[in-house]
Amino acid sequence: MISKIWSNYRFLIARRITQISIMLLYAAGNYLGWTFLQGNLSSSLLLNTVPLSDPYAVLQMFSAGAMISTNILIGALIITVFYALVGGRVFCSWVCPVNIITDSANYLRNKLGFNNVAKKQPASRNIRYWVLILSLILSYVLSITAFEFISPISITHRGIIFGLGMAWAAMLVIFLFDLFILKNGWCGHMCPLGGFYSLVGKKSLIRVDHNEQNCTACMECKVVCPESQVLFMVSKESMQVLGSECTNCGRCVEVCDDDALNFSIRNLIKDKKNEKNK
Amino acid sequence: MEKSRRSFILGSVRAAGIAALGGLVWSAYIDEVRANTLILRPPGALDEPDFLNACIKCGMCVEACPFDTLSLAKPGSNKPLGTPFFTPRDIPCYMCDDIPCVPVCPTGALDITKVTTDNKLDIDKSQMGAAIVDTKNCIAFWGIQCDACYRACPLMDEAIYLEYEKNKRTGKHAFLKPVVNTDICTGCGLCEHACVTKEAAIRVLPREVVLGEVGNHYIKGWDKKDESRLQNAEQIHTTTKISEQKPVDSLNDMGDLLNDF
Repeated sequence: MISKIWSNYRFLIARRITQISIMLLYAAGNYLGWTFLQGNLSSSLLLNTVPLSDPYAVLQMFSAGAMISTNILIGALIITVFYALVGGRVFCSWVCPVNIITDSANYLRNKLGFNNVAKKQPASRNIRYWVLILSLILSYVLSITAFEFISPISITHRGIIFGLGMAWAAMLVIFLFDLFILKNGWCGHMCPLGGFYSLVGKKSLIRVDHNEQNCTACMECKVVCPESQVLFMVSKESMQVLGSECTNCGRCVEVCDDDALNFSIRNLIKDKKNEKNK
Repeated sequence: MEKSRRSFILGSVRAAGIAALGGLVWSAYIDEVRANTLILRPPGALDEPDFLNACIKCGMCVEACPFDTLSLAKPGSNKPLGTPFFTPRDIPCYMCDDIPCVPVCPTGALDITKVTTDNKLDIDKSQMGAAIVDTKNCIAFWGIQCDACYRACPLMDEAIYLEYEKNKRTGKHAFLKPVVNTDICTGCGLCEHACVTKEAAIRVLPREVVLGEVGNHYIKGWDKKDESRLQNAEQIHTTTKISEQKPVDSLNDMGDLLNDF
């Protein structure tokens, strides 16, 4: 029983632990004065020395014509390099607290059977890239960091770290949007930060690998995947999941009982071979 | 072929419409929150428009403040979301000598050079706002003895001083009227915090809201320093119908006036 839970939920449990402990460390930085992690996800200081900054926020600042200090430039660079290596959207599934909200909306949606009724998804998953472009244009035109002033992600983590206020309303809106209006609506369609990290992680190294020989085509992976379009190859072809919108959440790996999906390191050489063959 | 072209055009127009709608709502909201000018920022803050695009909303200043003076604007407060501010009537700025909130700012939205003199941190240089006295509701202006704001002021006798005036009503008392010198006032808000009236009769507001500006038409002729503003002044020549001639000629020119007689 316990081993079953472990094998089917190990990444989910690990993700919840990292997401919650990062938030707790930030909150302890504010309320208790711990210096392990101070600030919030927009910009922070690790161990009182290493700056970490949200590269998308810095990009908006740049577009708004703000002076960029070396401090946040270094911070943004560290974050960009990290996610470019481990997978851009690792932020989304392992760090971002909004992920907990949208995952629970999705869980409830599944349990209530909404997905069987509303099978068609009426919105494009590329909206996020358009929102990303729009945010940079608005930042330039209004000379203000446009998305940072409405970002429900920032509202959520600031709410957790610095006190809730009306932040619960923003969280509720996202929850209801994902539950009733659009499956994976916020994280999988709208969020420009997710779009940004998709672009950052285009060439990232940690990738899920699909082994078609083991696959029994149960399609459990496609049911749990919040970006199911990246799993197009399942039961068709043995290859790595190279879609940049994959969040490396590991849900597909843990629900697969046939050892057909596993984490792997991106095979750079094979990549080139494939391209040549084409 | 025809159909796919149509659906492509329809799709693009639809996308453009949604983008325009979203962009307008989005920018309208940002304009709305930006319109609130009654916000007091931490020491060393850049001018409001620069501050708003430089602040990354990380809250490091909030965490550094030992008095919990600063907080980040929350949804529903009608302030630009996530930006730091303080409300002096609740908790004023206690003007720490080491100014912990400023050096921690990663972006320079809180500019350390704005609170530095001779390479040393100098909180007295900060300009968070300016105090202003409501002389109608200040009891010192009624003649009742109160100098709460004056004594609370960390720059006593400089930023707030007392003006003595004979109280003609009683004939034997004095008014001790608090007057703010906005050149020196840092806007810390200790006066507003100390004010004894139900609603504070001395308040700190952003400097752009409180301060007037004389402009170039008036110079203190008795003040050498102020007169130096005239150094680069240029005469402005305006030509109108009348000034085409010299003034005297213009006055003596009868023109056709006499022809009527």
